[in-house]
Amino acid sequence: MTDLSSAPLLATHGLGRNFGGLAAVRDVSISLHAGELHAVIGPNGAGKSTLVNLLSGEIAPSAGRIELAGVDVTDAPAHTRAHRGIGRSFQRTNIFKPLTVLENVRLGAQAVGEPKGSVFRRAANQLDLIERSRAALKRVGLDWAEAREAGTLSHGGQRQLEIAMALASNPKVILLDEPLAGMGPEEGERIAQLLKGLAREHAILLIEHDMDFVFAVADTMTVMVDGQVLASGRPADIRKNPAVQNAYLGGHA
Amino acid sequence: MVPTSKLSQIGLAMAAALSAALPLVASPYHIELGSTALIAAMLALSLQLLVGCTGLVSLGHGAFYGLAAYVVYLISPADVGLSIAITLPAAIAASGIAALLIGSLSLRAKGFFFLMVTLAFGQMVFFIFHDTKIGGGTDGAYLTRPILGLFGFDLPLTRKQRPMAIYYVNLIQLVAMYLGLAWLLRSLFGQVLTGIRVNEHRMQALGFNTYRYKLAAFVIAGMLAGVAGHGWALHRAFVNPELVGWHRSAEALLMILMGGLGSLAGPIVGAIAYTGLGEVAQLLTERKLLVEGAVILAVVLLLPKGIMGFKLPEFMKLGKPDGSNAPAEIEEAHTQPGQGQPVPND
Amino acid sequence: MFGATERNAGVCLVCSRLGCGCSELPELNMDLSILLAQLLNGVQYGLLLFLIASGLTLIFGVMGVINLAHGSLFMIGAYTAYLVAKTTGSLWFALPAGIIGGLLLGTILERGLFQRFYRREHLDQVLLTFALILLAEEARSAIAGNDFQSVPIPPILDFSVPVTNGFSYSAYRFAVIGSCLLLAAGLYLWIERTKFGAMIRAAAEKPEMVDILGLDARRIHTTVFAVGTALALTAGVLAAPLYSVYPNMGDGFLIISFVVVVIGGLGSVTGAFWAALLIGLVDTLGKAYVPKVSGLAIYVLMAIVLLWRPQGLFGRETR
Repeated sequence: MTDLSSAPLLATHGLGRNFGGLAAVRDVSISLHAGELHAVIGPNGAGKSTLVNLLSGEIAPSAGRIELAGVDVTDAPAHTRAHRGIGRSFQRTNIFKPLTVLENVRLGAQAVGEPKGSVFRRAANQLDLIERSRAALKRVGLDWAEAREAGTLSHGGQRQLEIAMALASNPKVILLDEPLAGMGPEEGERIAQLLKGLAREHAILLIEHDMDFVFAVADTMTVMVDGQVLASGRPADIRKNPAVQNAYLGGHA
Repeated sequence: MVPTSKLSQIGLAMAAALSAALPLVASPYHIELGSTALIAAMLALSLQLLVGCTGLVSLGHGAFYGLAAYVVYLISPADVGLSIAITLPAAIAASGIAALLIGSLSLRAKGFFFLMVTLAFGQMVFFIFHDTKIGGGTDGAYLTRPILGLFGFDLPLTRKQRPMAIYYVNLIQLVAMYLGLAWLLRSLFGQVLTGIRVNEHRMQALGFNTYRYKLAAFVIAGMLAGVAGHGWALHRAFVNPELVGWHRSAEALLMILMGGLGSLAGPIVGAIAYTGLGEVAQLLTERKLLVEGAVILAVVLLLPKGIMGFKLPEFMKLGKPDGSNAPAEIEEAHTQPGQGQPVPND
Repeated sequence: MFGATERNAGVCLVCSRLGCGCSELPELNMDLSILLAQLLNGVQYGLLLFLIASGLTLIFGVMGVINLAHGSLFMIGAYTAYLVAKTTGSLWFALPAGIIGGLLLGTILERGLFQRFYRREHLDQVLLTFALILLAEEARSAIAGNDFQSVPIPPILDFSVPVTNGFSYSAYRFAVIGSCLLLAAGLYLWIERTKFGAMIRAAAEKPEMVDILGLDARRIHTTVFAVGTALALTAGVLAAPLYSVYPNMGDGFLIISFVVVVIGGLGSVTGAFWAALLIGLVDTLGKAYVPKVSGLAIYVLMAIVLLWRPQGLFGRETR
């Protein structure tokens, strides 16, 4: 279903990042293709969130390269990468709590889709941006709440909003850092359906702890331990990989 | 930030109408005091674009205010005043250019760093006027008052009428500034500033080059401070280094805090309260700083949300940009230092 | 013999004192002597700045609070020297008075006021400390008046030390350099080599560490604040005979200290040390050789650092 032989949309080569003396991420080379849902799993402290922060440009790498659609973006700041097509959600909910749900998403749409010369036009009249925002909200199932103050949403609702904000910028690559964290099973199921659908149109890099969920949705998987890649491949292969079973999955498989 | 309910809009219009009627009943002294308050209100309002709207606490704002007044002094011939059609744009342009230079450097620093850098650069401007003879040095200098007129035609004003005319000029400028900022905050640009104030880190992740937006806000605020500084030159026809000093910036911050961070009307209320307080203090004691210090302590310790955040009845509480009438977003006004930074361990 | 002020005309360029007779010494190389004197002046000025800036940066690093009234603490130290010298006739009592008074004042300020402001907005902190400046100036005006006052150099240090046969330098300035270096070394050892210093470093690096490690945050905060205050007061005491005492004297030193902290990196004591020396030298040499634009030199330096390393020379990278 995913053409893994094509040129990758997002690729890292020997990516590394040190914090003080600690190597949070070491020599990570992964690739993400159009239409692929790539899950990164690993125990706490394996460097998964650091990897996402490196990819989105929140932190600068100590070593290695990052390529987005064949262009080197290793030194590009976060906002430039967003313009080149990387959208993301955060592990700890990171939204504009005092703004309305629609305003939150509209900022996402505006970030990369602001019509030229319209920055001083009245925000409430930017129907194009609002339409795109509403479409993103509908996609995550939050259209009913557009006028609510974002901070008043339930935890699950705020997680959905995070994804909608990333979607509104119509990115090529979506980085999702534990989108299910703190969600109930029902909400989780809805997100799973959503991700499967989204992966067809975008490339998704997903970090998640819920193994059942990961094995159900992922096309490819990378297992990280101590900042390094332990194994990478299709879920079925990962499940059988003895090193992974020893180090991480335990009795799960 | 911007009042959207009919009631508060009517309230503001009435306040403006009352201000316009003031010179008809007040003594010349009080008309001049009114001008002082209006100029302070313009300064505080221009700073609110940075502090309350964007979450940038600048301690160098006085530099743009004072610089504008000095520009009027520097370009005015000694004998005949220039038209304000010349002095006002010149003052605004000078403040804007200074804000562009200082802002482009200061905004590379974040949080307290930004605050310290703006303070230092502000003092640099202070130094230029204090330690050199460009603008009369430590003692300051009298300037030729700009003329309220155009193309050689000027308003035929008697000495007694002039303070009233200047009062109205300042009132018109303040109202225009308020309306302009209200419009700005409702635009996409204003939305970005709000986003930066609430969570700048998230804005960058969304794809906003926040530096450029902050710089634009800094320059606009500097130009508006220039309008206030020009108003001062028109009002007092005198400049001294105190206009540029950082104590002026701190006073403007105090006016904002007194009035409240969450609205555009707050700084205006704060400026009027502060000016009035200064008058009362002068009657009571020689030690003006003592009163000022005590008032600040009281405000910071007892009224952290300002007069507007504290006393207004519910219906006048300020809504958010874009129409919803939720309570003002004061609590979320500034992200704490360090919040929203990427966490190295997962 | 009274100490001359920096601003006075007729001050000997070599040893910075009136009527010292330096210039009558055999002329080895006048240009070189002046340069040497200015270098020493720059180092001495820089070290004084370090005493102020180190407290500022330490308090910010650990508590995340900015103290605009830090310049006023320096002013209080200088006026302490003036008042002690006036009442007792000797400057010697001023030093312990400044140190002990500083520790006490710092403790009172931290426990009584600052403690409540660590979690408040920047704006509140700015205005609180601005209010303290105004109150300190009023207190100064009520107690010591509004005039410039000079403070005598202790007679025992009121002479010139011959450095080479063509050049001698004020003994008091040497003593200031020595005292500042001693304090800087003590500060370094305290932070880097003691257990309490390790706690301070932990608190500065990661505030949440304090809770995790079960450290006594209150004690750390109060101690750091008291030490920072004492350093500023000590700087004031040492500076009083050199710069005399005058209203709002804290303002100028506060701004320069800010420039030092910005260049050194917010929260970095090492950075403050090198930046203070740099600023001291640039400012002093600038005033001596290019007096017309010298006032701008330190701001230009700050601008360059901001362009090159916005986090300061020794600050940690944030991205």
